[in-house]
Amino acid sequence: MTTAAEQLEAFLSRVPYVRFLGMQAELAGDEMTAILPPSPHLIGNTYIPALHGGVIGAFLEMTALAQLSVAEPGRRLPKTIDVTIEYLRPGRGGLTSYARADLRKVGRRIANVHVEAWQEDRDKPFAALRGHFLVGSGS
Amino acid sequence: MADIAENLPEIVREMVGRMIESTPQAVALGLRLVSVNVARGSIEAPWREDLVGDPDTGVIAGGVVTTLLDHTCGLAMSTAAGTEPFSTATLDLRIDYMRPAAPRTGVVCEAHCYKITRSIGFVRAEAWDVDRTDLVATAQAAFILNRPNQ
Repeated sequence: MTTAAEQLEAFLSRVPYVRFLGMQAELAGDEMTAILPPSPHLIGNTYIPALHGGVIGAFLEMTALAQLSVAEPGRRLPKTIDVTIEYLRPGRGGLTSYARADLRKVGRRIANVHVEAWQEDRDKPFAALRGHFLVGSGS
Repeated sequence: MADIAENLPEIVREMVGRMIESTPQAVALGLRLVSVNVARGSIEAPWREDLVGDPDTGVIAGGVVTTLLDHTCGLAMSTAAGTEPFSTATLDLRIDYMRPAAPRTGVVCEAHCYKITRSIGFVRAEAWDVDRTDLVATAQAAFILNRPNQ
C-alpha cells in the first residue's frame, strides 16, 4: 500500500525535470503545498527580474500532477490533456513561489484541476491554471 | 545555423539574439534558434537526461514543452512588434497536449503572431518531435506590450 507521502516523495525524487526546476512540496493531511525556491536559471526577464512564463506554467502543471498523485495513490502518473495559464502579475525572480491545487473533480478518466501560485501573499496570486488531466486507462 | 531573415532590422536581430543567448531559462534548457522572420519564429528544445518528465519512458517533460511554446510565442510576437522599444509579459497561455513526445527526442516549436495591436499580441504555436504533421502540442497565447514612449 502506497501512502500519499510516499507517492509524493516518489514523484518529486524520480522525475528529473522536477529536480531541474528545484521544486519541492510539503504535505499537510491530503493537502499539498508545492514550493519553488528562487534560482537564477529560472529567470525569463532579467530586467525585473521575473520568472520565465514557461517555468510558472510548468510549476503550476507539476503541482496539479503531484496533487493528483497524492489524492490517488497507486494510480499511474496522470497525463496532461490541456491547460490554460493566466498570468496575474510578475513572478518575482528573487522570491520563493508556492502553489496549491484544487481537484475540482476527479472522474473515472478525467480530472479537472485548478491551481493557484503566490509568493509573499496568499491572497495575491501571481498565476493560475485550469487544466484537464487523463487519470484513467486509455490514451 | 539558424535561418535569420535578412529583412529583419538590426535592433530586432539583436533582441532575438538576447532572447536565445541571454535569457537564463532559455540557456538552462539549451534552447536553439531554428529560424526567425517578421511575426514568425522557430526554436528547438534538444532532449536531455535531466529534462525528462517520465523516467520510465525517457520522454521530455511537459514543462519543457510549455516553456518552449511560451518562449517561441514571445519570439514571434517580439519580431512583429516593430523597432520601437517595448517590454512584454504573457497574459495567458492555453496549451493542448496531443500526445507525449517520442522517447529521448527533442521538440521543435513554430509560432506565428497573427495579430498585433499597440498593446496586445495574439500568437499561435505548434510543437512536434519528428514529423511536422504529427503534433505533440499546440498553444494559443496573448501578450501585453508596454511601450515606454506611449
